[in-house]
Amino acid sequence: MTKSSFITSVQTEKHSKIFWALSDSWVLAKRSIKHITRNLDQLFAVALFPIMFFLLFRYVFGGAIDTGDLSYVNYLVAGILVQMLAFGANYTTLNLAIDLQRGIVDRFRSLPMASSALLVGHVGADLVRNTMSSLIVLGVSFLVGFQPVAGPVEWMLVLCLAILFSLAISWLSAIMGLLVKSIEAAQWTGFIVIFPLTFVSSAFVPTDTMPEALRFFAENQPLTHVIEAIRGWLVGAPIGDSGWLAFAWCVGIIIVAMPVATWLFRRQALR
Amino acid sequence: MEPTLEAQKSISTDNNAIVVKGLRKSFKKLTVLNGIDFSVKRGTVLALLGPNGAGKTTTIRILSTLLLPDGGQALIHGFDVVREANKVRSLIGLTGQYAALDEYLTGEENLHMIGRLYRLNHQDIKRRTQELLELFDLMEASARTVKTYSGGMRRRLDLAVSLIAAPPIIFLDEPTTGLDPRSRLIMWDIIEQLVTAGTTILLTTQDMDEADRLADKIVVIDGGRIIAEGTADELKQRVGSERLEITIAEASSFETAKRVVYGEGLHLDSKTRTLSLATKGGVHQLKQVLSRLDEAGIGVENVSFHRPTLDDVFLTLTGHTTEQPNIVIEKQEA
Repeated sequence: MTKSSFITSVQTEKHSKIFWALSDSWVLAKRSIKHITRNLDQLFAVALFPIMFFLLFRYVFGGAIDTGDLSYVNYLVAGILVQMLAFGANYTTLNLAIDLQRGIVDRFRSLPMASSALLVGHVGADLVRNTMSSLIVLGVSFLVGFQPVAGPVEWMLVLCLAILFSLAISWLSAIMGLLVKSIEAAQWTGFIVIFPLTFVSSAFVPTDTMPEALRFFAENQPLTHVIEAIRGWLVGAPIGDSGWLAFAWCVGIIIVAMPVATWLFRRQALR
Repeated sequence: MEPTLEAQKSISTDNNAIVVKGLRKSFKKLTVLNGIDFSVKRGTVLALLGPNGAGKTTTIRILSTLLLPDGGQALIHGFDVVREANKVRSLIGLTGQYAALDEYLTGEENLHMIGRLYRLNHQDIKRRTQELLELFDLMEASARTVKTYSGGMRRRLDLAVSLIAAPPIIFLDEPTTGLDPRSRLIMWDIIEQLVTAGTTILLTTQDMDEADRLADKIVVIDGGRIIAEGTADELKQRVGSERLEITIAEASSFETAKRVVYGEGLHLDSKTRTLSLATKGGVHQLKQVLSRLDEAGIGVENVSFHRPTLDDVFLTLTGHTTEQPNIVIEKQEA
């Protein structure tokens, strides 16, 4: 052991600010993505929960729900997918809260890195996790009789909207992750927000049997637009204005939530 | 790497790596730092010594850009920790009280990740990772996730991670608290080697021995104020020298003992039947005192030498021990 090797000279690279913002985000996204494979519980939880719901609604409740010309399984797939994306994107809350509780955020903040990179990393990992669990859920749906009519253009639209929706919820989750005081709180906040939003929507049942006020909410909240749009493209149900409204909601949420989350993260550094 | 013009300027005009002036910080009504001034010369070790709640960690958090001060100024190599935080961040390495590692990544992956976030090039990251894994005796564990590491291994990896970019300044917040004696010696050895390599180190500790062994200069803080500073020897002199303590066997002979024992700084406690006096630690004085007691027919129950401890430093300087929470803080909390 030579005495000088604790400190040997190193070279830093010179690049633009934007290069480093992207590089830092990529480094931290890789970190979060590694967490998915090392912590398979989360991936299974994200995929298993919707599969359970899927089978429950398909075989237990489905027979009693009237979805008109559409078979219930074809009606249900869009709702299950969106619910799964919403719960999956909520892992940003939990993983961010875990990082904040442990010392590692202090380490990141003492480094010359872009301050938004940690958030981007978690949001990016949500997207990867959601892609994996979407494929699992779609696989199961074909097994239980799902018959989409979508062509290549419709599948592309579904993919784009699914990505934007996942990003939108992840950025909202980032805000929650920065506001909650404990890991326990992070675990249930997503649940109590997303659970009612997915049920008071057209995810599992058509909205027209709901009481007036609830129905008004269900038909105008963003999740319903996303579900209606995806359902329309997948199985040819009428879409109405939901297509562009779904995109508008997602883009709007991202535009607002991203800077708010980044601002909150910076502000927390200085308390 | 070519130093920037500003860095060159600060090197030529200032021999201090860290300069702290009038630093203040409060959390709501609780004043944690109440005007702290000190400086650390390049390539030296300064120990911030103080009890829990004295403001040690807060000072480190401000200097490592994790917290904004309410007032005062802190400069790292001439760069302001508030206005030039990003320049400061590229000069420092931080090892906190709790290992700041990613549990699900391997030791090697932790080093790679932080290396890249320090903006090192890929070759240097690989080279430094190998160097540090070897130096910290973590080669065998390098491909295992940190979850499987022991406490001592985590601390070592944590310090290795903060050294990946070979920063000229290192902050160590209670680097050996909670370590077993062997790991503690390893840590001390590493710190000494870092200093030999020219690193400036600011460390916090509650342990006089640690400050004594590692620090060129000790700053004692309590209740957010500096109450003393100097070398370990200077501080001990303020507290007094080593003391000889003798416990008399019988309460009845304590009065007689008081008459036959004399010496510098004699202190008597009739409740515990203890006599204590300043000593240079010599056997001669011990013999003298014991023979005088023996001649007077006084039985001795116990004899001990008592070296000044951090508690003595505190007792002398503040009137309370390190274990008691600070009185000033208590008042402000209420």
